[in-house]
Amino acid sequence: MELAAAAALGKFIGAGIAAIGAGIAAVGVGNVAANYLAGALRNPSAAASQTATLFIGLAFAEALGIFAFLVALLLMFAA
Amino acid sequence: MAEETGLVFHPMDQFIVKPLFGDGPVMWYTPTNATLWMLLAVACVVALFVLGTRGRAVIPTRLQSVAEVFYGFIYKMVEDVTGHDGVKYFPWIMTLFLFIFFSNMLALIPMSFSPTSQIAVTAVLGFGVFFAVTIIGFVKNGTHFLGLFWMKDAPMFLRPIIAVIEVISYFVRPVSHSIRLAGNITAGHAVIKVFAAFAGVALIAPASILAITAIYALEVLVAVIQAYVFTILTCVYLKDALHPGH
Repeated sequence: MELAAAAALGKFIGAGIAAIGAGIAAVGVGNVAANYLAGALRNPSAAASQTATLFIGLAFAEALGIFAFLVALLLMFAA
Repeated sequence: MAEETGLVFHPMDQFIVKPLFGDGPVMWYTPTNATLWMLLAVACVVALFVLGTRGRAVIPTRLQSVAEVFYGFIYKMVEDVTGHDGVKYFPWIMTLFLFIFFSNMLALIPMSFSPTSQIAVTAVLGFGVFFAVTIIGFVKNGTHFLGLFWMKDAPMFLRPIIAVIEVISYFVRPVSHSIRLAGNITAGHAVIKVFAAFAGVALIAPASILAITAIYALEVLVAVIQAYVFTILTCVYLKDALHPGH
């Protein structure tokens, strides 16, 4: 009985720890956007041609945060 | 009094696939709410493009100019990313973009269902892109396509290590491609529902409703950006298949 309670508690603790990953991915996404903006302000004429690259970079950085979110969801609702 | 402070409804309830008629078990042929909203998305695409461009007017009507903006935007993206020989895959990429765009947008209607929040739906799209791109790569380049994994510019002793990493990253592509879309849409809709639950508590209701408004606006942006990101990544993968050398 205590084991079941500990497992139920551990699920939510694990989900909380997994959510840290989503926060760290936010740092990565911010880093991509910040560096794009810094580059764009130095050379505005080249900025428009790089928006596609910006979105690809944002998507890759964000995907890992979404994976962390997915792990949290799996722990809470599927495990 | 505020005796009911817990969640009245569960934020993940909106993603449950239910049969449209009755409540029997969901089989592969059962018309469900997912089927309905996917059909509505297709109906919107058909309405915009078949009805909108039917006049073929030189001076476009409002609907026709919307259709032309979509067409021009995706066409330019395909041409910029994949180069001139990728343009013949434009209809496929346009179809993907429009389906995802309209599924995401219709899902923002309150009480609607979002097909793109189901990993089953996005996995079909993601793995479809993966298999199509792999087959195109082998048909176009033969075994030269494997050069994608064997970096000729790298030092000799690093090449096997890079090859292993490249193969892993190649096979993770369809997974991340599909989970990115489903995860973004699921997360956004769940957040809206969480704040909607707080709106039942009188003390924080105004702040909660303001937050819902702000997050809803963010979700409109996310819906467009995720459709765009899915499409542009398809273009990038297609470019890799067409020109594996660089």
